[in-house]
Amino acid sequence: MKKVNREVLLPDLGEGITKAIIALWCVQPGQDVHVDDDFVEVVTDKASFVVPAPQTGVVQEIRYKEKEEVAVGATLAVIESS
Amino acid sequence: MLDCSFVDLGLKTYREAYQIQLDAVKDVVERKISTILFCEHPLTITIGRSGKAEHIRTPRSVLSKNGVMVCDIDRGGDVTLHAPGQLIVYPILDLRQWRQDLHVYLRALEGVVIELLDQYGLVASRKAGYTGVWIRNRKICSIGIGVRCWVTYHGLSLNVHIPLRYYSLIKPCGLDVSMTSIADQTKEVMDLGLIKQDIIRLFKNTFNLRILGKWEPQPVKV
Repeated sequence: MKKVNREVLLPDLGEGITKAIIALWCVQPGQDVHVDDDFVEVVTDKASFVVPAPQTGVVQEIRYKEKEEVAVGATLAVIESS
Repeated sequence: MLDCSFVDLGLKTYREAYQIQLDAVKDVVERKISTILFCEHPLTITIGRSGKAEHIRTPRSVLSKNGVMVCDIDRGGDVTLHAPGQLIVYPILDLRQWRQDLHVYLRALEGVVIELLDQYGLVASRKAGYTGVWIRNRKICSIGIGVRCWVTYHGLSLNVHIPLRYYSLIKPCGLDVSMTSIADQTKEVMDLGLIKQDIIRLFKNTFNLRILGKWEPQPVKV
């Protein structure tokens, strides 16, 4: 079966929010994840936001370290699914 | 319109209330019926995701010896403190059915508290860049939220008649800020049950809630 890569993006968190900081990775490269599992927690101002896994698969790549700042729409990680 | 129930947990440890919130988040994600929890905590210091250990002014060993809990937690914000006399509101709200915007939600929580205090004759306001509710340059309500699948948890803590001396234990929100309370401002001790009733009405209007079930305030024994 063909494997498909899916990027995990930092979603739009609201008007005027352009960036967030990676607080905690809930997954590691190579780990199996299921859709809607907690994937990564980001923080902005007084809010923490848990980004869920957009699909089931294996975490291929994590692109940012904890405490790094990322822009809305940036690719945080890649999941490979079959 | 959001279907919502209100639950008064009474006096609960931070950890117990946190677990209740996580269970409620799962429930709201699935059933799409929001819940708003009221409670008070025994003396507890919490450190949010942006918190720094040095913002606690007292050594942890001393705090522990005096029965003060310290918890690292997954809400936004820095260090804050809870104790009886401070009303905690944890809205577990389904923002998928309201507005998926973290800042709009934070400003809405501030708005509820500002309107509440206005009813008690207190002029409170927002302070640009500093989430929370302020009376002049003193903070009366701290706000920090968590969001999972666009369902909120954590929330707001409103100082009603909490002994303000407790705040000498920490640097609230990492700022050199002076705290205040409703009792400090009005020189009266207000009934928490009445405040909760007013908060329910204001949440109903702000978030366009349809309230389910019957709500009973829990008397808190300290």
